[in-house]
Amino acid sequence: MEKIFGRPEALQDRVLSYCPGCTHGIIHRLVAEVIDELKVREKTIAVAPVGCAVTAYNFFNCDCQQAAHGRAPAVATAIKRVLPDRVVFTYQGDGDLASIGTAEIIHAANRGEQFTVIFVNNAIYGMTGGQMAPTTLPGQKTTTSPYGRDVKTAGYPIKMTEMLNTLEAPLFLARVSVHDPKNVNKAKEAIKKAFEAQIQGKGFAMVEVLSTCSTNWGMTPVEALKWLENNMIPQFPLGIVRDQEGGAR
Amino acid sequence: MAQIKFDEERCKGCEVCTSVCPKKLLKMADRFNSKGYKPAEITDQTQCIGCAFCAKMCPDNVIEVYK
Repeated sequence: MEKIFGRPEALQDRVLSYCPGCTHGIIHRLVAEVIDELKVREKTIAVAPVGCAVTAYNFFNCDCQQAAHGRAPAVATAIKRVLPDRVVFTYQGDGDLASIGTAEIIHAANRGEQFTVIFVNNAIYGMTGGQMAPTTLPGQKTTTSPYGRDVKTAGYPIKMTEMLNTLEAPLFLARVSVHDPKNVNKAKEAIKKAFEAQIQGKGFAMVEVLSTCSTNWGMTPVEALKWLENNMIPQFPLGIVRDQEGGAR
Repeated sequence: MAQIKFDEERCKGCEVCTSVCPKKLLKMADRFNSKGYKPAEITDQTQCIGCAFCAKMCPDNVIEVYK
């Protein structure tokens, strides 16, 4: 019998620090599988965020740097410019990328920096205890919006992928989800394209991955996957928003 | 025929694998692992088709699939 599925080499043999059922684990594995398939593990540098994935350097089996909150794109810019032959990616949550790090991601994308961004959007601040994020859905209850997000005072969820699509420079922008096996496969394809764009020296690529936070959403992991499918996808439509090789869609 | 193996000590008992098995072969065990979670297990190995849905949805790399 032959092993057809197991832990990829680019993921360390460690227990992940995430809550039971947290889709960070799936997304980590997809990134690691792509790194293995492209055979770039020994020249890959990950930039970890602040958030639940702050200790991603314990899990990815490649060189890693942890950045200040939201500043991963700035750090990745520096790394890639100093070491242009390396494969550089940031791994950021929505509290990191879409809130305190909005300026960094927009300007890195606008400059067409040659690195890959994995943007994990679960519509809430996870590590700090479930506060409302810029991506929180209208009416969604969080610890800082106990009656649900009121769009009159708190505005609407920011669609980062669509926002970056207004810029000229980005090469590849996609939004995927990991709520079922079919979408996990699609997510991996998009992540692979984003890494290939960088390796071919073509430009900035970001993949937004819709993710769950069952702990702070207050539901079981299985319920959270359903909630993502039924509530987040209508708000954050899936698909490849831009693939300049195939023409902007 | 396919076979799946569980690294029970890694399992956090999230039950996601049990919800995606097309053959409904997975369930949570009655025992606890050392972390205090009830790990997932397979009820009938001979029925497994090796689709790896469970392993692909497992966030904690508990499951290995052999074919």
